[in-house]
Amino acid sequence: MDGMLALYIFMLAAFTGYEIIAKVPVILHTPLMSGSNFIHGVVVVGAMIVLGQADTPVQQAIGFFAVALGAANAAGGYVVTERMLAMFKKKED
Amino acid sequence: MTMPIYVQGAWFAGALLFIFGLKGMSSPASARRGIIIAGYGMLVAIAATFLIPGLQNIGLMALALVIGGASAWISGQKVKMTDMPQMVAIYNGMGGGAAAAIAAVEFARGDAHAVMTTVLAVVGALIGAVSFTGSCVAWAKLQGVLKKAYRLPAQNAVNVVLALLSVALGVAMIIMGPSRPELVLAFFFVALFLGLIVTLPIGGADMPVVISLFNAFTGLAVGFEGYVLGNPALIIAGIVVGAAGTLLTQLMAKAMNRPISNILFTPMLASSEGGAAIEGTMKELGALDAAAMMRYASKVIIVPGYGMAVAHAQHKVWEMTSILEEAGVEVKFAIHPVAGRMPGHMNVLLAEAGVPYDKIFDLEEINGEFAQADVALIIGANDVVNPTARTDKSSPIYGMPILNADQAQNVIVIKRGKGTGYSGVENALFYTDNCRMLYGNAQPMAGEIIQHLKAMG
Repeated sequence: MDGMLALYIFMLAAFTGYEIIAKVPVILHTPLMSGSNFIHGVVVVGAMIVLGQADTPVQQAIGFFAVALGAANAAGGYVVTERMLAMFKKKED
Repeated sequence: MTMPIYVQGAWFAGALLFIFGLKGMSSPASARRGIIIAGYGMLVAIAATFLIPGLQNIGLMALALVIGGASAWISGQKVKMTDMPQMVAIYNGMGGGAAAAIAAVEFARGDAHAVMTTVLAVVGALIGAVSFTGSCVAWAKLQGVLKKAYRLPAQNAVNVVLALLSVALGVAMIIMGPSRPELVLAFFFVALFLGLIVTLPIGGADMPVVISLFNAFTGLAVGFEGYVLGNPALIIAGIVVGAAGTLLTQLMAKAMNRPISNILFTPMLASSEGGAAIEGTMKELGALDAAAMMRYASKVIIVPGYGMAVAHAQHKVWEMTSILEEAGVEVKFAIHPVAGRMPGHMNVLLAEAGVPYDKIFDLEEINGEFAQADVALIIGANDVVNPTARTDKSSPIYGMPILNADQAQNVIVIKRGKGTGYSGVENALFYTDNCRMLYGNAQPMAGEIIQHLKAMG
């Protein structure tokens, strides 16, 4: 990938992340930490790409490990965040 | 490798859904929709990856997805809300481990890489590996598997040497090319060891900040490996989380009045090492009197702490609150930013008990209201209401923002025993004239108060 282009993506993504969190109420900090934890679970896609290219047993083993860990990050992060957020509700009238 | 347009498009859609989802999560009303949107983003991104032409090891890949995904899904369904922080820590560590492993495969392939690519692969591998072992230690500590804080002699020097060594090995890999297996192995070994050694001496009270920091680390590692793989979706998701996590870490550290460097490099002072002696006595009170004081008050502010959660008293406390409200008493909950084991953890625990979020107020919102409250009821909280943090410069918690519970007309403290809080500091509030102690386990004690309140009608 073009290095300069990547730098622009880095900058804009960092700004986006900062802006989204800056206005968040304290009551959501835990679910949000957990939710952002889920989002970096997309690392599983990267892990699948390297496993998909692996052609020696060592590479396959490490790639397998990477996919399993990434999948756990994504699945676990989703479940715990969804469970926490499902409990947030307004006073019923 | 060039990706077909439908794979690229699906990844783009995934990144878009992540950002919309995160945006949704920033307000309580739309938060649940937010995580579901982000969840769809993940499914789209994973499904599209299977469509890459010429993909090998698909069976192995599916197996790894099922093993990792299913085990985490099941454990995530079972975990109790009080244990949530360590669960987030361990899932986060796995993400860091995955990012480091991606780099390891890239190194093992030994493709001719541009310098920039190798640099980011090495940096991503380093912080991913540190986040992996560090998060595992954080999990072990909060889970109670590791009880003590292990502190090496010259801990800071060891940290610095290990950090420099890992950087030196990384630089060597960049210069000589990452194709030398012994160099790569040494690099990963040192990086993993570094995460372990840095996290071991950190006390449980500081762990939330550390987990948040590692969350940001994993995000950055994922973003950097995304560059190595030429995948913008990974870059965007990783860097957004890296930036968000960094800000969140700063907010938390600020709430504790502990700079991040302090948390990493200096442990909290042990109990006897600071703070002036406190004069006076603690005065006891019975559940009946406590019930009467609150029943005939016009405004009660409840300050819950982790002690309440440990005693599983939140449901009883909410029941008590409902009875008081029916009797015309205004009841609010005041939450310190570091109540619980993660910022906002207490809100989750109260939400679990059914407390609506519009009754829950944070420190800045409610601190001015304590002076108008007839009763401040403190349940299993200690350091966060200790007025010595405002006045006593020799106290280890001096300068930490606290809830001004001492300004209420009356203060009732439900507490198991006479011990000190997490920081080990004596609490001057307990000795003041308007403070009464209600000794006992929070759950049966709240139950007793409820009985008395019901009897009063």
